[in-house]
Amino acid sequence: MSTQTDILDLKKIRADFPILAQEVNGKPLVYFDNGATSQKPQQVIDVINTYYSNENSNIHRGIHTLSQVATDAYEKARKVVQAFINAEHEHEVIFTSGTTGSINTIASSFGKAHLKEGDEIIISTMEHHSNIVPWQMICEEKGANLKVVPINDAGEFLFDEYEKLLSSKTKLVAVTHVSNTLGTINPVKEIIAKAQEHGALTLIDGAQAVPHKKVDVRDLDCDFYVFSGHKMLGPTGVGILYGKETILNELPPYQGGGDMIKTVTFEKTTYNELPHKFEAGTPNIVGGIALASAIEYMNAIGIDNIASYEDELLTYATAQIKTIEGVRIIGEAQNKASVLSFVVDGTHPSDIGMIVDKLGIAIRTGHHCTEPLMNRFNIPGTARASFAFYNTTKEIDVFIEALKKAIKMLV
Amino acid sequence: MSIAEIQAEIVDEFALFDEWMDKYEHLIELGKDLPVIAEEFKTEDNLIKGCQSRVWLHANLNDGKIEFTAESDAIITKGIVALMIRVFSNQTPKNIASSNVDFIDEIGLKEHLSPTRSNGLLSMLKQIKMYSIAYQAKV
Repeated sequence: MSTQTDILDLKKIRADFPILAQEVNGKPLVYFDNGATSQKPQQVIDVINTYYSNENSNIHRGIHTLSQVATDAYEKARKVVQAFINAEHEHEVIFTSGTTGSINTIASSFGKAHLKEGDEIIISTMEHHSNIVPWQMICEEKGANLKVVPINDAGEFLFDEYEKLLSSKTKLVAVTHVSNTLGTINPVKEIIAKAQEHGALTLIDGAQAVPHKKVDVRDLDCDFYVFSGHKMLGPTGVGILYGKETILNELPPYQGGGDMIKTVTFEKTTYNELPHKFEAGTPNIVGGIALASAIEYMNAIGIDNIASYEDELLTYATAQIKTIEGVRIIGEAQNKASVLSFVVDGTHPSDIGMIVDKLGIAIRTGHHCTEPLMNRFNIPGTARASFAFYNTTKEIDVFIEALKKAIKMLV
Repeated sequence: MSIAEIQAEIVDEFALFDEWMDKYEHLIELGKDLPVIAEEFKTEDNLIKGCQSRVWLHANLNDGKIEFTAESDAIITKGIVALMIRVFSNQTPKNIASSNVDFIDEIGLKEHLSPTRSNGLLSMLKQIKMYSIAYQAKV
């Protein structure tokens, strides 16, 4: 039987998320696809509604009152993000379309300015496609090489192997903070320090980390840290690129357009200062403002409380799933976030996903945009339950029963 | 039997099931009963890659009719593959090309042909139609 923790007031929290009250396929929704996207509290939904009802206007350069109101809200949001990740300057926080947009910005701008033939970029086996493909593209363009740090069977980053790959050719190391498929929390602080010894820059993919644990970019000392709004209670289409001021200043802009310029003539354009240099065009204004409200919501609950509670959920779910015969957990790192990936002997993950869906449970199945990682484990994909702080151990019980039912039908 | 008649037969068969579970259990049985595709035909060329599950489809023209054999690594998908084979195998290219596929919708499995399922079934259906058009030129 489940035992409910008292770290968080679950009743109050769940009431903030209107979507959780619904039924799916005639059953109460159990939403365990938080790794793909989180649900949104009413507070964030209200901010979006209020913005379009009362404040909508284009930001920067507008002389009228509404434009000033919108600009103030957007720039205040930047400060909220700055405090959230403990960046030194607010202009080190660049609004993007999401993690993918952030990585492509750096791959392109950094690649154009600094990559030469024979240079190397290091990633790891557990990267999401969005932290593989942009690097492949720029490496191909520049004649540079992509090096991949292997992992062990538990799904842990092999630090010794990483050290062997580092050399004077290494120009950048791009590694995920938390694996979306395995849940592995990587020792990014040590990875960053080691890269610095070789003069390489570092980019940390924090998409799966920021929703679940405290991130301090100055403590990590990374050059770039990227994440998405929609995985941390915010809307889709907005994300963050954090970069150290000195490094961002050196890089050429990614896209050209409005807002990123200082002056334009047909002969020459001079670029705007940070952060605007990397924010061409009208941004997702409401996205940025709503992301700040999502951060404020998380701060009110307390990131450390969220992390402790999610640890409890993971521990409970792991113990429960291990009681089912034929289930193999994929990703058993010592240090793990609330992601439970698994395969079941004699079944395909998609069959499991389809049956539990009929029982109201949303999990994800497939390769989770980490095909090379699936190849490493020699499996076509996994079924993945990923938990957020609004989930409960009671929901895990429902999921475990559904999983047993699915296995009974399939095997 | 014509393609339309087989589809009507399948719709009748599935009308017996009120519950999704019974329907899925039937699909799982159909999937398990589907004759295994010859290993030599499980080639990269015959592979229809979905994001979720993989489907192999092999076609062979025999006496003016197309014989289809197929396979999937996911059992529910394979059950639907078995239904498709039952409907379209051993039919003339012309009849296949001009046929509708209403039965999937009628038996309440439309979601499986949705592009978001990425299970290869929609691509398999397109591939069946492609074969019928290609073989029409040969008969």
